[in-house]
Amino acid sequence: MKNILVIGANSAIAEATIRLWAEEGSGLYLVGRNQDKLSVIVDDAKVRGAKLVESDIWDVTDFSDFPRIFKKADECLDGIDLVFVAHGVLDEQGRSEIDFELAKQTIDVNGLGCLAVLTESAKYFESRRAGCIAVISSVAGDRGKPSNYIYGASKAMVDALMEGIRGRLHGSNVQVLTIKPGFVDTPMTKNFAKNALWASPQLIARDIVKAINGKKDICYTPGYWRLIMLVIRCLPRVVFKRLNM
Amino acid sequence: MKSKAKVSSWGNYPPSSHDVISQENLPLIHDQTKKVLPYGNGRSYGDVCLNDNGTLIDTRCLDHFISFDEHSGVISCEGGVLFSQILELIVPKGWFLPVTPGTQYITLGGAIANDVHGKNHHNAGAFGRHIRRLELLRSDGSRLECSATKNAQWFKASIGGLGLTGLITWAEIQLLKVGSPLIEQQSKSMLDLTHFFEFSRESASTDDYSVAWIDCLAKGSEIGKGVFFTGKHIHSSQAQVHVPKRSPLALSVPVDLPGSVFNRFSVGVFNRLYYGAHLRQRDPENVHYRPFFYPLDKLQHWNRLYGKRGFLQYQCLIPSADQEPAIREILRLISQSTSGSFLAVLKQFGDIPSPGLLSFPRAGTTLALDFPIKGKETFELLESLDSIVLSAGGAIYPAKDARMSATMFKVSFPQWEELVPYIDPKFSSSFWRRVTE
Repeated sequence: MKNILVIGANSAIAEATIRLWAEEGSGLYLVGRNQDKLSVIVDDAKVRGAKLVESDIWDVTDFSDFPRIFKKADECLDGIDLVFVAHGVLDEQGRSEIDFELAKQTIDVNGLGCLAVLTESAKYFESRRAGCIAVISSVAGDRGKPSNYIYGASKAMVDALMEGIRGRLHGSNVQVLTIKPGFVDTPMTKNFAKNALWASPQLIARDIVKAINGKKDICYTPGYWRLIMLVIRCLPRVVFKRLNM
Repeated sequence: MKSKAKVSSWGNYPPSSHDVISQENLPLIHDQTKKVLPYGNGRSYGDVCLNDNGTLIDTRCLDHFISFDEHSGVISCEGGVLFSQILELIVPKGWFLPVTPGTQYITLGGAIANDVHGKNHHNAGAFGRHIRRLELLRSDGSRLECSATKNAQWFKASIGGLGLTGLITWAEIQLLKVGSPLIEQQSKSMLDLTHFFEFSRESASTDDYSVAWIDCLAKGSEIGKGVFFTGKHIHSSQAQVHVPKRSPLALSVPVDLPGSVFNRFSVGVFNRLYYGAHLRQRDPENVHYRPFFYPLDKLQHWNRLYGKRGFLQYQCLIPSADQEPAIREILRLISQSTSGSFLAVLKQFGDIPSPGLLSFPRAGTTLALDFPIKGKETFELLESLDSIVLSAGGAIYPAKDARMSATMFKVSFPQWEELVPYIDPKFSSSFWRRVTE
């Protein structure tokens, strides 16, 4: 039973994970952009057994407003044990590679939005010398690929931030977990053709809960992505650039 | 937004093609040029859940609980929630579904639209009787809250309304209080059909649940040979056992087999072993609700055992007056045919009226059978069964049907025209077109 602040609570992976935490009787402060959808998730979490559920509206690109949100969550939950960051957008590479504003939007939401949350959370947990920050990054952050390098760059930024904060908070007893899902069948990816590598948000959610409970630093989910990405990361640049992945 | 997807019903027949939209696109119903139909978990057998060349609304994203009062046992949830999900939540808190069919992998919306029934029909009636309220989303964007007192005609039309009256976005159910997840099960062998009626009469007042399995290869005086099962909820909390939070990993048939594994030989061997195992009268035993209600759910995708051509389920109802000779005649025809039915289930319905305009259950005996599709002969056999059902004044269950004629439907559901004014102008289904046009 934990007190959890969820950013991007409307995302499919977040919702599936929220259900598991609700069933454990956790306290939840759910932040998202769409009030109607949030209320549905709030009611659902209450029925499933969450001891307390509140929600709040925040656009992650309203960076300077986050300290206020965080403070409200802290007061409402009477202390936060876990900050879970699950917001994100997936741009259309073909459009954003020729349109700076579109590309910037992806970096703003996925990268800077995450930085806004991390800055506040790291400070908070560092002073308390306890807690956990878990952020959904992506396997796309492991290497820049022609097919999605803007999205990949935003996630690479998350990875570097997380790795740095992990080192900084290592002595403070704070878990910093980078979650790297592969292909997940969610509304974000509804236009993709699916194959056997695609996983359900429910499966990802179970892996996330396990990784948090197991005090992990990195969680590739489903697990076989660790191997796939190991191979991809090891490919020499001279080969990788010809693959046009 | 919109995707072409291979969607089928549980019987893998008839083949059909659809556009699929999901719940986020609900406002889009209005803009659809093609007719739409809600599609839940695809567990109805024939074509009530299909809409060939039309659009299906995938309702599985409507899978949220809305409220649950643990004291009164009233639960409210969205239409795409599965019975299995409801059970996981309510059983540990001492509640159970008031009525459940033989699989827990159906959506609430589908259960209402087909007004499903279970082994307790003789004392609980159909599922629709336990619905307190529901909401219909119509294609014009309007939302109608319906109950026995509010929009009552819409309520009546939507229960058993085959998904045609609009999308059931949520519903509120009155649950059944139970003391434990356990069922006291008892089985005894039936030597022939008269035993079935005798046992059904005897158990009607004493048992919560009753159902019979019969050996449909039995001939002559042995017709109706089988096993009679009864069950009661165990209310003593002494018997409380640990309920696993999630169902253990189930076995699964990974792909459609090239042909059906069921033939007269395999079914014959199975029937002999199964009947033999139940020959001795057994002492009552306490079993978990899952094996009692959902034995087939243990083998996921068991429908694939019937092969690529799929199978037909045949569930008919024979009204009380003529039940024994008609059931006997149906069983005789099947035992003579070359089609062995692997599943043959017999159940005595009670006389509690169904709430829906087009509900299937009514007083009498219902028989459910599965036939692998072998070709013309399978369809011909079922047509000859139809004529027995028709002359006995019975009916075929739409949720399981893929082939009854328009005449058969119109005669056995004479009230069908009363549903028409309540059908949403943008909604239609393969089934409805087949039996009314």
